[in-house]
Amino acid sequence: MLYNEPSPLEVKIVTKRFGLPNSTSLDTYLATDGFKAFFKALEMTPEQIIEEVKVSALRGRGGAGFPAGLKWSFVPRNSPKPKYVVVNADESEPGTCKDRLLMENDPHQLLEGIMIAGRAIGSQKGYIYIRGEYRYLIEMMDRAIAEAYSRNYLGKNIQGTGFDFDIYTHTGAGAYECGEETALLDSIEGKRGIPRMKPPFPAVVGAWQSPTLLNNVETLSSVPAIIRDGGAAFAALGPPKNGGTRMVCLSGHINKPGVYELPVGFNLLRMIYEVGGGIPNGKKLKAVVPGGSSCPLLKADECDIPMDFDTLAKVKSMLGSGGTVILNEDTCMVKFALRIMKFYAHESCGWCIPCREGTTWLKKMLQRMHDGGGQKSDIPLIGELSKNMLGRTFCALGDAAAMPTISIVEKFPEDFEAHLNGKPCPYSHAAEPVLV
Amino acid sequence: MTFSPELEAKFAKLLEIYPPGRTRSAVIPMLLYAQDEVGQISNELIEEVARRCKVTPLQVDEVVGYYSMLHRKPQGKYHVQVCTNISCLLTGGEELYEHASKRLGLGNKEVTADGQFSLEEVECIGACSWAPAIQINYDFHHQVTPEKLDQLIEERRKKQ
Repeated sequence: MLYNEPSPLEVKIVTKRFGLPNSTSLDTYLATDGFKAFFKALEMTPEQIIEEVKVSALRGRGGAGFPAGLKWSFVPRNSPKPKYVVVNADESEPGTCKDRLLMENDPHQLLEGIMIAGRAIGSQKGYIYIRGEYRYLIEMMDRAIAEAYSRNYLGKNIQGTGFDFDIYTHTGAGAYECGEETALLDSIEGKRGIPRMKPPFPAVVGAWQSPTLLNNVETLSSVPAIIRDGGAAFAALGPPKNGGTRMVCLSGHINKPGVYELPVGFNLLRMIYEVGGGIPNGKKLKAVVPGGSSCPLLKADECDIPMDFDTLAKVKSMLGSGGTVILNEDTCMVKFALRIMKFYAHESCGWCIPCREGTTWLKKMLQRMHDGGGQKSDIPLIGELSKNMLGRTFCALGDAAAMPTISIVEKFPEDFEAHLNGKPCPYSHAAEPVLV
Repeated sequence: MTFSPELEAKFAKLLEIYPPGRTRSAVIPMLLYAQDEVGQISNELIEEVARRCKVTPLQVDEVVGYYSMLHRKPQGKYHVQVCTNISCLLTGGEELYEHASKRLGLGNKEVTADGQFSLEEVECIGACSWAPAIQINYDFHHQVTPEKLDQLIEERRKKQ
């Protein structure tokens, strides 16, 4: 089971069962407060549940950080159509590896979160859309679901309460774009994952034309604790409007890579040096990807900040998905930008022209620049091209490709200058030795 | 086409779990699970899935071209997928890919003549905190050094 050495600085809410013997079994779950929140939710009205989630200041953990309670309130409960809870377990944002751990270590917590969401929006069916590469997790979730059915924690008249609920897993088949919520909906309907025009939002017209609540795995896994211990207790863990804890995935040039549950608002430098044990071989910090490859990068001198949604927005970046990637002083930023752009060019679904053409063009320019064939005028052109993609596409993939690129070219122009006039990459050397 | 009883049971479940009349939703899972058993997506399989899900063969074919895990050509018995995305890039993923390429004598998406191994440079597989990472078929391997990769390949060669 994947589980790194915990840090004493962690605050364990969603990961509290990690490391327990048989943490995936229903018995362990029930013995450690499991399903208490579900029974409590059945005593509450849907409005009270949604209010509690609003009070908790829980914000979407997939990347966008939208207030979860508000999202829940958008589902029209009086609609005559069936309603669905769809879980986004298509975790594919580079740098992010946390939803995997939540499903692997505590599958019943996610199931309970889905059921509470179902109760709140008047739904009786949940689907967990899991990326195809996570086959072992689809099997683990299927086993947890089967166990819940066999003990009547799923199915008809759950534990004699009169509440019915079904949960199914659904496999993706390899497409980053399907983590975008409307593309995910097309994908679950058996189509190519192409984003839909919004509005209508999925809350009103979602899966199979029905009202649908879409939430990330970590978001829904936080819900049992919120209902059980109250939204105010969860909110109090983080700064105002940024409730609770966050699973932070530390990776890159860091001594103790791993996934750590920290209060929202935890200082980024402390994350790197106290939780993550600093940078290997005494190297200096050069930059940080704060929350997955879509976020604008922070320079080393911008990193003494609390990691909450509003602060990151203030410094013109994003808290994103929790994928915090650490770059040391020997990192070639042109190469880093190139690798990011290769990814987005590969994953662009091709629907919107600025994204489809822009990512491929930028990839070619960055490749040429890294190979020493760049011109001085390419440097501002990379930034301008990226800016012309911003906000001109159906979904956020075009923005996701543009934002880190703009930040790299504006914050590290010297790395681009160093590649001009046929000069070889000044950073070409072997990568950091692998940490084992 | 005929499939194993286990796969038939999976198909039967897939046709039940979506809302009434929404069997198109089963297309992608059905293709992926069938591919795992028969090795590749043939025209015959496309027609079979279309018939079972009550859609046109074109509606099946168009998703095959979109999803990176679905493929019309057979892969090796052991499909080695090396991630080179950002976290793996910083920890030696590119060097690992080059090493795998030399070791197997394969370029990206190529298959050995005996059909045993294939290689693919893949995008983020969600193992960033245990980088560099690879998948061989569906199995994850974390913090992979070139030596560890050699060992993983040798173990599979011996199984033949």
